[in-house]
Amino acid sequence: MGTLLFLGQTLRIAIPYLFAAAGGAIAERAGIVSLTLEGFMLGGAFGAVIGSFYTESAWMGMLCGALVGLLLGAVHAVASIRYRADQIVVGVALNLFVVGATRFFLQLAFDSSSNSPRVAGFGGEGASGNAGAFLANPLIWLGIAVIPALAWLVGRTTFGLRVRAVGEHPVAAQSVGVPVTRVRYAAVLLSGLFASLGGVYLALDQHQFTDSMTAGRGFIALAAVIFGRWDPKRAGIACLLFAAAETLQIRLQAAQLIPSQFVAMIPYLLTIVAVAGVVGRSTPPAALGKAE
Amino acid sequence: MRKLLALLGVLLAIHVAFLFVRPAGAALPATADAVDVGIVFDLGGRGDKSFNDGAYLGAERAMRELGARVRFVEPGEGSDREAGLRLLAAEGMDLVIGVGFIFTDDLSQLALEYPNVAFAGVDFAVGVDSTGAVIQPPKNLAALKFREEQGSFLVGALAALVGGSKKVGFVGGMDSPLIHKFEAGYRAGAMHVCPDCEVIAQYAGVTPEAFRNPGRGKELALSQFQSGVNVIYHASGSTGLGVFEAARTLKKLGIGVDADQYNEAPGYVLSSMVKGVDAAVFDAIKRVKEQRFVGGIYQFGLAENGVGYVYDARNKALIPDSVRTRLEALRAEIIAGRITVPSTR
Repeated sequence: MGTLLFLGQTLRIAIPYLFAAAGGAIAERAGIVSLTLEGFMLGGAFGAVIGSFYTESAWMGMLCGALVGLLLGAVHAVASIRYRADQIVVGVALNLFVVGATRFFLQLAFDSSSNSPRVAGFGGEGASGNAGAFLANPLIWLGIAVIPALAWLVGRTTFGLRVRAVGEHPVAAQSVGVPVTRVRYAAVLLSGLFASLGGVYLALDQHQFTDSMTAGRGFIALAAVIFGRWDPKRAGIACLLFAAAETLQIRLQAAQLIPSQFVAMIPYLLTIVAVAGVVGRSTPPAALGKAE
Repeated sequence: MRKLLALLGVLLAIHVAFLFVRPAGAALPATADAVDVGIVFDLGGRGDKSFNDGAYLGAERAMRELGARVRFVEPGEGSDREAGLRLLAAEGMDLVIGVGFIFTDDLSQLALEYPNVAFAGVDFAVGVDSTGAVIQPPKNLAALKFREEQGSFLVGALAALVGGSKKVGFVGGMDSPLIHKFEAGYRAGAMHVCPDCEVIAQYAGVTPEAFRNPGRGKELALSQFQSGVNVIYHASGSTGLGVFEAARTLKKLGIGVDADQYNEAPGYVLSSMVKGVDAAVFDAIKRVKEQRFVGGIYQFGLAENGVGYVYDARNKALIPDSVRTRLEALRAEIIAGRITVPSTR
């Protein structure tokens, strides 16, 4: 029973990370820096609540959240690809923009600066608290499926091959007829879509939107991508690892064995270790962040 | 690139310009002895259903009853809070109020620079010097503080009496002395009525983001509920909304903080530890109006009705009469000084 609770909680915590990491992996493999995951998630969360509130359907909420993700992805893509702006600057700006914009629309729609009213979620009452309702949430299944699907997409399909080529050596890819720009657009749009679903999960699980509710999860997901050496499968495992560390922290804190501050640093510590090259060589896609 | 920079520049200029936009509704006809009050809200601004809304209520009452003219400033994310306070002080307001402990340093500084303006800080964090003695705020600065530990003591007793499982829970936001105060009072209250009870206290994080992470709050609460806790008190900002969500999911109870949070999960909110921010703000304005404002530290505890717990028609059904009687007796004992509530862990 204890193990089952532990695994369930780990999975619930991991779902937003898995979605966001999938988004991060695809964009970064195409050579576009993904600092925007946090913004995509927050935008997705807000879209989901707006959609669910006005249609009273969680499915419509999911759709709206995904649309917001695509829209933000498009903004990121146009700025980074079309206008060749510095991708890190675009990422930071987009994240700040989403924080401000969601707060603005929250005030406009619900006359509150802190949270939205309660909206419909998946699985009705009791979702995520007990096992049955938890498994009735389609976003759980999507979250579990997204990493294997992405691994297949990147590793086994023509599109995936192109994404990888574009991220490693766009000039060479161009010379053999790969439409570099189009592949990158597609990758960034997919990134927005995937990451926003992480936000959709969070918001519908809470049945409401709260100001800045993603609380840095996008950055943890990016850390997972780097920790996983830009490989979807490894990134997925990293997400589960980080989520397990968090669950452990929750349990240890209750038992008051070691200071919570210490366990809270585990994901970041692991990432630094990974980037420092302790766990094998960590090489980003060669063309990552480069305009050409 | 140059175009982008120019665009950024323009956006920045617009942003700065908006900082100085005056909210409407503050211009009342001038009367000879009307008090001019400026209020700078904490992050979140109006509509936070908590702190800032409390200050707004108090100011609104002062407008109605005292004819005060109040101007509100809502600083945005990352913008300079100090600028808002300074603007109001420089404009010759009679009283400038900063809502939230975040304004502590700025208020102390400005009070010295503008000795003729009265300042008040809600939740002002009074410092102590190296010998541990309290540093008194400047003469023209009132530190409006609340004895959260006293209110927390009562909801701690409430949780232990209603929970009935020898285990009560606490979820804090950022792991910091400010929130430890809530935990200390809560723990003392629970242990007072149930010496063999266990208090499980957890925090959502070690950064200010821990106050805005409902996802985390829900997971913390779920694991506490699953370990046998039946009632959880939160002092964690919107992270606590996740605690209520968990309570709703597992049909357990949560206790709100700062304002009456019953509406966040009707039927699953046992009570709320409320802070009388509105009363404190109104009181400060009234003192200025009656020209008897003096700086110093103002403590609003149970005796002053500065803190308390919600007991009304909506949550009555959740609190048995015997428990209510017991809590009122405890309240009287604290006011009489027979029980001293600790404010640190």
